[in-house]
Order: sequence, then structure tokens, then C-alpha cells
Amino acid sequence: MLSEFGFFKDMQNQIPADGVHPYSLVSQLFSDETDKLRFVFVPEGKKIGYEENKVFIFPVGSTLIKTFAYLNKNGPMDQQLLETRLLINTNEGWQAISYVWNEQQTDARRTIAGATIPTSFYNSEGKQIDVRYRAPNQNQCKECHQVNKTMTPIGPKARNMNKNVEYQSGGMNQLLYWAALGWIDQNLQSTSMSNYLDLDATLEDRARAYLDINCGHCHIPGGSADTTGLYLNFTEKDREQLGIYKKPVAAGRASGNLKYSIVPGHSNESIMLYRMRSLDPGIMMPESGRALADDAGIELIKNWIDKL
Amino acid sequence: MRSLKLSNRFFIASLFLSTSVFSAVQVIQPSENSYQDIQEALILAEPGDVVRLTAGTFYLKDSLSLDVSGVQVEGEGMNQTILDFSDQQSGAQGLSVTSDNVTLQDFSIQNAKGDAIKVKGVTNIKFLRVKTEWTNGPSSENGAYGLYPVESTNVLIDGCVAIGASDAGIYVGQSKNIIVRNSRAEYNVAGIEIENSYYADVFNNLATNNTGGILIFDLPGLPQQGGHHVRVFNNRSVGNNTDNFAPEGNIVGEVPRGTGIIIQANSDVEIFDNEIGDNDTVNIAVVTYGNETDDQTYYPHPKSIQIHGNEFGPTGYNPDTSKGELAQILFDLSGGNMPDIFWDGLVPLSQIIFGQPQDEKMIITNNGDGSLLAIKPIGFMLPYLEPAILDINEFDGQISPLPKVEFDENF
Repeated sequence: MLSEFGFFKDMQNQIPADGVHPYSLVSQLFSDETDKLRFVFVPEGKKIGYEENKVFIFPVGSTLIKTFAYLNKNGPMDQQLLETRLLINTNEGWQAISYVWNEQQTDARRTIAGATIPTSFYNSEGKQIDVRYRAPNQNQCKECHQVNKTMTPIGPKARNMNKNVEYQSGGMNQLLYWAALGWIDQNLQSTSMSNYLDLDATLEDRARAYLDINCGHCHIPGGSADTTGLYLNFTEKDREQLGIYKKPVAAGRASGNLKYSIVPGHSNESIMLYRMRSLDPGIMMPESGRALADDAGIELIKNWIDKL
Repeated sequence: MRSLKLSNRFFIASLFLSTSVFSAVQVIQPSENSYQDIQEALILAEPGDVVRLTAGTFYLKDSLSLDVSGVQVEGEGMNQTILDFSDQQSGAQGLSVTSDNVTLQDFSIQNAKGDAIKVKGVTNIKFLRVKTEWTNGPSSENGAYGLYPVESTNVLIDGCVAIGASDAGIYVGQSKNIIVRNSRAEYNVAGIEIENSYYADVFNNLATNNTGGILIFDLPGLPQQGGHHVRVFNNRSVGNNTDNFAPEGNIVGEVPRGTGIIIQANSDVEIFDNEIGDNDTVNIAVVTYGNETDDQTYYPHPKSIQIHGNEFGPTGYNPDTSKGELAQILFDLSGGNMPDIFWDGLVPLSQIIFGQPQDEKMIITNNGDGSLLAIKPIGFMLPYLEPAILDINEFDGQISPLPKVEFDENF
């Protein structure tokens, strides 16, 4: 059971134990509009390594804890904790295990083959939405978290963490907070990625942030979608590799009878948007981790392609 | 924090401790929980274990995956053990495999929403008597690939059947050391396709009722390209006259109905002792990659191609000019008198002027009364020359047999 780790003082309300700290990402994965509660545990006295544009190098024993929930802040429905995923850095590398919450919301049980949770929630616009939520199985964790056959966290990169977070002791920039804990140095000289929902950022920055965090963990050299040479990670610079006038290679019917991944100025002729809109498992992208369409993301990528 | 650290370490150790020493056979029967049962077995299996699926139909709503090395997944026969994905709700494949030394045998995957079986980035994979099928016949709504190993080394496909894929029934991509034998591909757009791959033997197969029977392709912009050393022999590629039903945008969407074998780009390809006939458009086409690309490292022309000892049946009697340009060009140049073998004749400009290096020239010999049409690009440039070569004897020459593909099949 999840409670056996002792990560939480209060499981149901997700109050972390001492030494377990909340963290947050600037841009985050859609995952059927779930709210994500993230926590990190680093063994006492250990430091976190840093390389620009890479995931932080956590010491062995570190654990990333991520609870997926519908908090239902915009509707008359109780919050629902769905699953909690752990990434534990062991001597043999990162291991992924996931736990599905019981109906009483008191604890979560380990799952091997994942779970299907039919439920409904209130979205940010206060609309009630039904969803066949899928907690992934262990292999699906690897699909996204493996690069060159090595498990790795995805989110905690400095470029995606430069923001304020509410701690028990008050609000603070989380990179400064980590530095105050002695985990990292004060000034990392990192680039910063935009929050793709931030309308003040440029369209280009927002679109590239969205593609990086929603697609770039698989669509990256060495990632599980590298077979077709479509690379959507933040640092990719080649236009064809990014999908511009790139012909599909193994898409089959997921091409939607369209010729290119991205046709600048013509989102409706772009396979990328077609696959983002689809709910058909043989067509949709990402191919796991969502059962709903990400309307905000679709709108963003549509505008970006139309103005390319 | 001391207490958390200690309990943590203890608990983590217990989570990842493996206790089994002996290989085990886990038998699974169809049930209400088929997905859960099979997927848990595939995750908890240890190297050396067998996951056996009994006869019957397993109805699955989510895709299955295997990531443990050395596991054998077996059914009780390709027509007895059926994994049915007609009501699939999530996952882009029927089954995906990402671990080494895996054997898949004696079952069938039906109506996957995407690819039937995808195997990515592994060393040593065997498909024995496995069937992949879309049961409603050729349709652009069918998944792209049936058997789909990619980025893998040592791939054996033996005694398999692939039906109804909207791209390729048996597709091996970006791989090395490949054997496809004793298999049947029917009612796919491409029956058997070897793409961007090195060292492949394709023999004793039947490709029939596809749009194109056997395709040896190389495409730009991919992690592995420059396909070479492919032998295609003792196959029957006959009656591949199903209208192209590939969704547009896909490269095989340009294949005309009624094509026996196509070689596109690639070097060192040997096509011999095959029976190729009853194909509406052409028995063998050797062509250059025709689309634009920014990829500077890509070589779009076929070279060092050898075609010998093949037996040709009727062809070209009903060419499909609706897909791509191949059939139309061929029809115009031949005046309707369609050949068995077509070569588009395209080579780099320097070779048009100075000729091809000797070891890159195409050799065509000993193909009975087979006929040929090869475009002569210089004939287009200089109007007083003929635009095409029709004399097959111009390509006569000594065959340099390519080496056999071998690897240890008893992994």
C-alpha cells in the first residue's frame, strides 16, 4: 500500500511528511485534465546534479511522487484521488510503480496492469465531463519514461521549474527553495520554458513548450517514437524533423488522408492536429495517457500552425 | 527523517526483489479479466518463462505489452487462440514488445485499432506461425501493419500469415539480419515490405491479392537508412490486384494495383528464382525515391540490383494509372505493350554523362522470355536518341551472389 512508504502525514489531504517537498512544473502534460500533486524526497545531506536542458540528476534513494486527481474546484463534486505514481531512483536506476486509490480515498494499492477508472469531473470551465480514465500499466510508464532504454524522470528540468510554489512556510521560487535546502546551486544559468497556457508568452514559445512536455519525451532521438524521425523536443531545430512538410512514415490510417505532419498556414491539412483531435486509439496522439481531447492544446497548436 | 529513510529502504528492496529461479509456464484462459490476466503475466514474467494462452477468443479493450527479456508468448494455434481487439479503447497496438530474446508463436491478433504486433528496438525476435488479420477485408480503416518489427537485430518471421493491413502485412523496418520465410501475405496494400534495412532474406513466401506483393524500400529522414543486402528468392508473388486502399499521405499509397515486386532506392538487392505473374500492372519495378527531401545524407537511387532465374506470368494487361506515376509512364513509353521488368533509369547526373560504375550496374539474366523496359534519361535530353531500352540482353552479366543471412535461431 502507498501508506507504507510514509510519504504523507495525511494521505487523504495529501499533506507531505517532513522531508518530502511539493514541487510544480511550468508547463505540464494534459493527462485528461487531471490535477497533479507532485512531491519529491531526496535523502538527507545529498545533492542534486545539474546539466543544462537535462532532467536534474537525483541521488540514489530519491523519490518523485505524483498524485493524479480531480480536485473539482469548479463544480459541486468532492475531490477524487485517482492514482499515485512513484519514480524511485535505486542502485539499478529509476523504477516506476503506481498505486490506485481505493473508493474510500484512504489509501492506494499497487497495480501491475494498470486500472480503468470510469468517472466524471468538473473541468476548468465548470462543465461536467465523463471520462474512462486509464491508470497506465508498468510497461506504459516505460514507454514515456525511457530514453535509450534507460528510465528517466521527464518533468523536473530546470527550464520547466523556474516558478513560485506555495510551501508550508510560504510562497517561494522553487529553484531558490531547492538551493536553500542545499540540493542545488543558487544560479543554474538555465533557459526557461514558457507555460503554454500563459497568453503573455509568444505563440512560438507556447507551442514549443506544449509540444515538449506533451510529445517530446517519446518524439526525441532515442525515445519510443523515434522510429519515424519526428522530433518534438524543445531543443530540436530542424524544420523537417519537427514535422514541417514531413511525410508520414508509419502512420497508416492515422494520416487522415493528409500528406504532411505540419503544413505551415494550414492546420486543417496537418496530420499533427488531426491526431491531437482524434479519440480513436489507432489515430490519437499521444497514444496513451489520454481518453479526452485537449481543447486548449488543440487551439494553441492550431493557431501556431496557421501562423507558421 | 530517519524513520522514513529506513522504512523506505526496506520497502523498496522488497518491491524489486526477484524470488523465482526456475522458468515457469503460466497458462491463461479467456475470461472477463483477459486484459488484466495477460498483462499482469507479461509484466511479472521472468526471463525463461512461458505465457501460454489457451484455445479460445480473448476480447481485449486495451493494448498489451511485453518488456521482459527471454519470454515466450504462445497460443494453441493461429486459428485456435485469438486475441480480438475489435472493441479496443486504448493503446495504439494490439501487442507491443520492447525486450530481447522473445518468441511469439501460434496465436492470432484480430482487428487491432492500430498496428497488430509492434516490436521495437530489440535483439532476437521470433514470430512463428502467428497470424494478424483485419477480418472485414481490405479497408482504409484497418490498422497500418500486421507484423511490425522495427529498429531490431535478428528478426525471424516463419510460417506467419498477415491479412488486411492498410499499409504492409509483414513489415520489417530499420532492422538488421532478417529472415522472412514460409509466410503468406494477402489482401494488404503491401504484402511483405523490407524498409531501411540491412541483410534480409525473404524466401518461400506467398504474396497474393495485395496491391503490391513484395516491396524493398528505402526512405529519407529516418534514424537508419541506406537499405542494402536484400535477397528475395523462391517466393510466389502472384495476382496482387487489390485496389490500393492505403490512406493518402502514406508512401505505399503510391503503389499501383497489380505490382509483383518493387525495389525503391536500396543497394545490393538480389531477386531470383521467384514466380511472379498475374499482376495487373508490372511484375518487377526498380525505381528511384520520387519525393522531395532535405535529407542530404539520403541516396534515392537503386544500385547493384541483380534479377535472375525468375519465372514470369502474364502482366501489364490492366495497368492501374490512378496511383502514382509509374503505371502511366510505363504505359506511355511501352505503347501499351507492358514489360515484366521496369527500371526508371534514374541515376546521378554525373553517371548519366559518364556512365555507372561497373559494380553498381543492374544485371538481369536468365529470366526465360521475360521482357524489359528501362528509361534512358539521356534519350530524353537528346531528342535524336531513343527514350527507352527494350532489349533485356543489354543488362546481361555475371551474377555475384549475395551472402546468406544467418544468425542463431535458437536463442
